Amino acid sequence: MPPDNDPYLVILVLMIAALLFALAPLALAWIWSKKFSPQKPGPDKNAIYECGLESKGDAWIPFKAEYYLYAIIFLIFDVETIFLLPFAVSFTGLSADAFISMIVFVFLLVLGLAWAWQKGVLTWK
Amino acid sequence: MIDESLRTELSKQGIFTLKLEELYNWSRKNSVWPLQFGLACCAIEMIATSMARYDLARFGAEVFRPSPRQADLMIVAGTVTKKMAPQVIRLYNQMPEPKYVIAMGACAISGGPFKQGYNVLKGIDRYIPVDVHIPGCPPRPEALLHAFMTLQKKIEEQSLTSEQRPRHLHADAPSEFPIPQYGAHDLEPPNNPDVWQPPVVTRTE
Repeated sequence: MPPDNDPYLVILVLMIAALLFALAPLALAWIWSKKFSPQKPGPDKNAIYECGLESKGDAWIPFKAEYYLYAIIFLIFDVETIFLLPFAVSFTGLSADAFISMIVFVFLLVLGLAWAWQKGVLTWK
Repeated sequence: MIDESLRTELSKQGIFTLKLEELYNWSRKNSVWPLQFGLACCAIEMIATSMARYDLARFGAEVFRPSPRQADLMIVAGTVTKKMAPQVIRLYNQMPEPKYVIAMGACAISGGPFKQGYNVLKGIDRYIPVDVHIPGCPPRPEALLHAFMTLQKKIEEQSLTSEQRPRHLHADAPSEFPIPQYGAHDLEPPNNPDVWQPPVVTRTE
């Protein structure tokens, strides 16, 4: 069989070479560490932080989410203002349907505000 | 093991032979990465050493690493206070083996001009093994370069497998050194007895 029979053979060879090129140094380093340098892990060496100081407490602590609700309420009423402005401009020409649906929309938001107020979200602790 | 006379004979013919150990040490000594931290005025000289005029890069050591995980060499540049000593030792513990220490300047080797100070550690070699001590207050960049070359010579001579191999290649030798705690009057313990012991003064009549 002539060597140039399969045109993709050379790509396969190059791919294998590339793989070896990447893996050989890693394998060499691994063998070297097994043969010569003993592994010595310890509490300091395995510590997460490397600023010299000991870390205190756990990293998995909950953050205070109080501001989150406050921000959400602000965002909702901010968007509501965008709807209120065209509502006010075209107030006189509105049909009864549109008027009622707008009132229901504002009422739902006011309901939400009342709930948040009652829950104490608006007072800063 | 190659015969020494055969080796010289081969090198005359333009064939250089090398032990694996020598190749390993040669590459190691030319890529010593220092930990980037300074404690006092010696750090200014350390910075000057790494800059263009003195050019530490000639020795392959210009890569100052901000993380102990990537550093090979700790240059203790400046006064080690008792407040700072535990942090220095913890950083040393976090460095991967093989690791080396240069105690730079009078303060790092002995407490220097602040030796009488209640808060000054009288030499970092009380807690961690120091490879090269440099005197001076502060030492000039040339002195630090000389310390580097001394360290390179030391690395070059380190054996890989023999009984005299360095500490980190012994499986039972510690890689972490105990970190002193703040006591009522001094650091507890005042020194690591495995590394340093106070000199005993005996009076002979």
